[in-house]
Amino acid sequence: MAVTLPGVLVTTDWVAQHATDAGVRVVEVDVDTTAYDQGHVPGAAGWNWTTELCDTLVRDIVPANKLEALLGRAGIDNQTAIVLYGDNNNWFAAWAFWQLKIYGHEDVRIMDGGRKKWLAEGRDLRTDKPSIAAKTYKTKAPDTSLRAFLPEVQQAMKSKSASLVDVRSPQEFTGEILAPPGLPETCQRGGHIPGAKSIPWGKNCNEDGTFKSFDDLRALYSAQGITSDRPVIAYCRIGERSSLTWFALKHLLGFKDVKNYDGSWTEWGNLVGAPVEKP
Amino acid sequence: MKPEDYTRRQAELAGWPVSIETYKLGDIYHCTIANVDPGARFARADGATRDEAESRAIEKATRYLAQTRKFYT
Repeated sequence: MAVTLPGVLVTTDWVAQHATDAGVRVVEVDVDTTAYDQGHVPGAAGWNWTTELCDTLVRDIVPANKLEALLGRAGIDNQTAIVLYGDNNNWFAAWAFWQLKIYGHEDVRIMDGGRKKWLAEGRDLRTDKPSIAAKTYKTKAPDTSLRAFLPEVQQAMKSKSASLVDVRSPQEFTGEILAPPGLPETCQRGGHIPGAKSIPWGKNCNEDGTFKSFDDLRALYSAQGITSDRPVIAYCRIGERSSLTWFALKHLLGFKDVKNYDGSWTEWGNLVGAPVEKP
Repeated sequence: MKPEDYTRRQAELAGWPVSIETYKLGDIYHCTIANVDPGARFARADGATRDEAESRAIEKATRYLAQTRKFYT
């Protein structure tokens, strides 16, 4: 099994020292889209996942031309090192990471611990938006090997050709609740895809928001039979929590074949006739 | 600016465990509330004092949490 890839995680110390270096762009991406305005890493740009990291007409990831414009406005070109961070232990930072990898950006990293750790350490915050000189960005052809669509998930369920990992909370997995507490229900049925293993996303992280060690992560997944010799498809409700698990499996554990099913439960749990399992 | 008076604690609202994070930046207290599992921030508020920010955020959070249904199978 591969070792942890060097450099894909950067520390808060590293960001404090290099956030405004030439060739580096720090970007905050939060679940709570107002969090950036409550104070952010000096020099960081802020992206809104609900409007800027998706197609707002059809349900899909951000279109290439829209991403090129977003990156260009953030002063990012194809050589820029992008350092992502955000709230909820980097949920949507991982979502942005996944999309940037789909579009072929080479140098993307995540600030380990995210916004939570930065705040807890009492580090500098700014509330003003940085003045950024725009650049030109060109995406590569989408790498669809990182993304699972419904037919592939249906096939994986039937043929057991891939391990399915449900990263939602145990209560969502069992169908006791249809959405995380306090958030709107977005599906018609509760439960999980038959055969899926329940490994909540939070188990990837330590209390301070950082990722667990290589050994701890390997033990976590191997205990559930999730190993690097089989393809893995991760899913959650809308694909953001599962992008964090995708990141951990692909970039921290070095699994070769891991896909994020971003249709996730909002697709499966609304599909007429889709099989649902409840323990 | 540096965040001041940072706290993070666990509490129970409307029967659900939540975490409440509060800090002061400049003259404003910011409070955000997240469910413990899965950890999503779903309510926040600002205020001139810690109590004001937290009471506003807790009021919103309690209202949202009351709408979460449980299905027993």
